[in-house]
Amino acid sequence: MSASHRLNCEEMSAEENRAVYGKCNNPHGHGHNYVVEVVVGGEVDPETGMVCDLGELDRCVMKEIVDRFDFANLNFDAAFQSRVPTTENLNIEIYKVLKAAFTEAELVEVRVEETAKNLFAYPGAYPGANEARASSGKAVGV
Amino acid sequence: MILLTRKAEFSASHYYWNDAWTAEENARVFGKCANRNGHGHNYTLEVTVAGEINPKTGFVVDLKELKDVMEREVVSVYDHRHLNLEVPEFKAAQPTTENIAIAVWNRLEGKIAGARLHRVRVYEMPDLFADYYGER
Repeated sequence: MSASHRLNCEEMSAEENRAVYGKCNNPHGHGHNYVVEVVVGGEVDPETGMVCDLGELDRCVMKEIVDRFDFANLNFDAAFQSRVPTTENLNIEIYKVLKAAFTEAELVEVRVEETAKNLFAYPGAYPGANEARASSGKAVGV
Repeated sequence: MILLTRKAEFSASHYYWNDAWTAEENARVFGKCANRNGHGHNYTLEVTVAGEINPKTGFVVDLKELKDVMEREVVSVYDHRHLNLEVPEFKAAQPTTENIAIAVWNRLEGKIAGARLHRVRVYEMPDLFADYYGER
């Protein structure tokens, strides 16, 4: 999703906003190509071999999230009239919307990549998230 | 709770060698990595912290500060260095991806204000990485 935003908190002075948000407080905003990953989970249906119809998930995400935020200015969205459109808050908004809209499988996590180096994930408290472990992963491309 | 991840990169060289073993044993266990001339990687580091969103700022932590801490505590020490010869923690431990993840955790723990360290992931290559979640 390609969207613009400006980080500015009305309760803070101009100096405070500049100190907290730095360049992200520039008056005319800036943009990102956000990447959203939606993680759903569940048992595999023995007949279909699927957890859920990914086409349905894709359609739901397109309708509820991409159509809303793509090529938009986040500061003008209803969700950000009293909250700063940080990617943390965007992440939670996407999660809440999809939690209500997609019921075919459990919504486990929503991840949002703001830039190649800044990633967010919500919620962070899925089962096993806090288990002490060290693991090596071998990723295999398919 | 929400998770934030910041990525960084560093390029370093290393080899695997256990002085208590024979050359044959080292070659058997470590294969090509036992070449004492060393070899190198472009490592990618992902540091994930967990915390609550400040209702006023919408931030958990300032990612620029996280970036600066990672640069100061890890990247400036590891980047363009020979891990075995120039980094203290690898004088007595093999600079494997696993041990690098643990070492990075130990370097960062307690240094990030406003959030707690959740996971350190180190990619040695795009298809090989290690995750460390600390000892809890």
